[in-house]
Amino acid sequence: MPMTETADAPAPAAAATLSAIELIGVVKTYQSRGEAVHAVKGIDLTIAQGEFFSLLGPSGCGKTTTMRVIAGFEEPTAGEVCLQGKNVTGVPANKRDVNMVFQSYALFPHMSVFENVAFGLRRKGVEKAEVTRRTAEMLEIVDLAGREKRRPKQLSGGQQQRVALARALVNRPRALLLDEPLGALDLKLRQAMQVELKRIQREVGITFVYVTHDQGEALAMSDRIAVMNDGVIEQLGSPREIYEHPASKFVAGFIGTSNLLTGTVAESGADTAVIRYGADERITVPVRGVFAEGAELELTVRPEKIDLRLEAPGNGACQITGTVTEVVYLGTSTNYNVRTSAGADVVVFTQNASSADDIAVRGDSVWLSWEPEHSYAIGTEAAP
Amino acid sequence: MSTRTAERAAPPAARRRSPLGFLRGRSLHIYTWLVIAWLLLPICVMILFGFNDTQSRYNTKWQGFTFKWYGELFAIDELTTALINSLLIALLTMLIAGTLGTLIGLALGRYRFRGAGPLNLVMFAAIACAEIVMGASLLSMFVTLSAPLGFWTILIAHVMFSVSFVAVTVRARVLTLDPALEEAARDLGAGPLTTFRLVTFPMIFPGVMAGSLLAFALSIDDFVITNFTAGGTVTFPLWIWGSTRVGTPPQVNVMGTLIFAVGVLLAIGLRLIARRRAA
Repeated sequence: MPMTETADAPAPAAAATLSAIELIGVVKTYQSRGEAVHAVKGIDLTIAQGEFFSLLGPSGCGKTTTMRVIAGFEEPTAGEVCLQGKNVTGVPANKRDVNMVFQSYALFPHMSVFENVAFGLRRKGVEKAEVTRRTAEMLEIVDLAGREKRRPKQLSGGQQQRVALARALVNRPRALLLDEPLGALDLKLRQAMQVELKRIQREVGITFVYVTHDQGEALAMSDRIAVMNDGVIEQLGSPREIYEHPASKFVAGFIGTSNLLTGTVAESGADTAVIRYGADERITVPVRGVFAEGAELELTVRPEKIDLRLEAPGNGACQITGTVTEVVYLGTSTNYNVRTSAGADVVVFTQNASSADDIAVRGDSVWLSWEPEHSYAIGTEAAP
Repeated sequence: MSTRTAERAAPPAARRRSPLGFLRGRSLHIYTWLVIAWLLLPICVMILFGFNDTQSRYNTKWQGFTFKWYGELFAIDELTTALINSLLIALLTMLIAGTLGTLIGLALGRYRFRGAGPLNLVMFAAIACAEIVMGASLLSMFVTLSAPLGFWTILIAHVMFSVSFVAVTVRARVLTLDPALEEAARDLGAGPLTTFRLVTFPMIFPGVMAGSLLAFALSIDDFVITNFTAGGTVTFPLWIWGSTRVGTPPQVNVMGTLIFAVGVLLAIGLRLIARRRAA
């Protein structure tokens, strides 16, 4: 990419040459019954070539609007959209080199499977023999060879989904946008399709941008996830980073199950703080920055990281006591609900590695302990 | 247990034997056939008297079977002209109202725009308005504009009252369309016109067809509004009305039969197409 192009774009040269999609300060405001609705409140995002990228968030968080801005169905109120370093803001959807898989699949019901998949190639004026060859090849990849003549209605939900995928991928777009594509499938099929999507993405090597509200789906498939809430990106990182180091209370609560404990700072060191919890319990937690003694601090710890015992676990840096309020046996694991001495409800998952009885029963007094590095003070932990 | 099931099985058998029970089981069938008979009987009479070997001026008494009138279908020049006028007006109405109504239906079904509410209201007013009122006001409008009454004023009037029916039919169809279909077409590289030609129009085609045929049917047998706006031009219904005082010739029955037959064939054809599309 010539340097002159990067001169007028504020993005660094490396990003301009490598990133498949770049959003710069994208804002989208709707007018609805005379009222301004701020769907997207300023998003900066760089998605690399070949990446499986997820936009994750609850409904109304702006993830679908963000995707529609990339596709060209919505023009941003402010900001720029770049594809492959080229500014495409204002370019209509039919002239953008991205394709979309719609939530409703949006297959053309009056066309056969073949005609559906060939639609994009024919619009581009690809030669007839080439259209036939590439369509057949793509139907092979999505495992639908031999179904060319069927109408979409004659296919099952999973098959329709794969036709929609083939119809988009056959154009070899710079990026594939997927809008909750598995939402209409039942659980078994959805899990199978997650694996299938990953396989197809590896096979075709195209950038996938995946919009979902299902955190499990996002964690299972993505290289990176942007967690969105209320029109902004709350956190951007790999599934592991987002799960293990939630940057905000929202992310901690939205991804998986989190236990939230509130205490006051007793001692504040260089990279750890000791928090006074409940009557007189101490919890050590890694932090960035120094806190005033007595300041309130919230920390979070994942249910599977907590060790639950009937006796005191020794001189752990993080241990609190509580009473078991519920035991739920789930086969592979057992969940314990514990009321802590300070009155918070904590969930603990224990793997059922042996067929031994449950560690504790309802009403037992128990000790909860964990390694300091498995807990995070909310808002102070910068992603590594 | 076994005695109880035997008891339960008994009543239907008993019911079948009583005459009231016979009615109870078949009342829906009987009612259905009564309605069908009621609807079809006048049409059967019309078809039948097209084969009547009538000798008098009045074709009201059965006088024997003949195919004569089919042979002499176009023997009455004025009637033939009237039929051609009606067919021409109905075809043009179908095309013009079909096109305009489709565009209105698309706009109302797909977009929100200023004036959509009033447009809906005006359309329903046009549908609900009594024909006699509409005819009278069209006449006074044409007279005020000093437009010469005739073929073109009839056509304008017919397009005017049938366009709402097409628009309503098409809008209903558009509302059932997934907006993502058009977005998908655009996403795959189709411009607005190509999207309309390849996706939108084929999808709303059943609605367009139904609306256009409705416009044709409304136009070809319209009497009230045509009577006001015709001037010296005579259409098929106007000619028949004029002939009733001196005796309606059997050719009218034959033409009516043929128009009816074409309508039935069209309906069956559309049904078959729809079934093949669904399969």
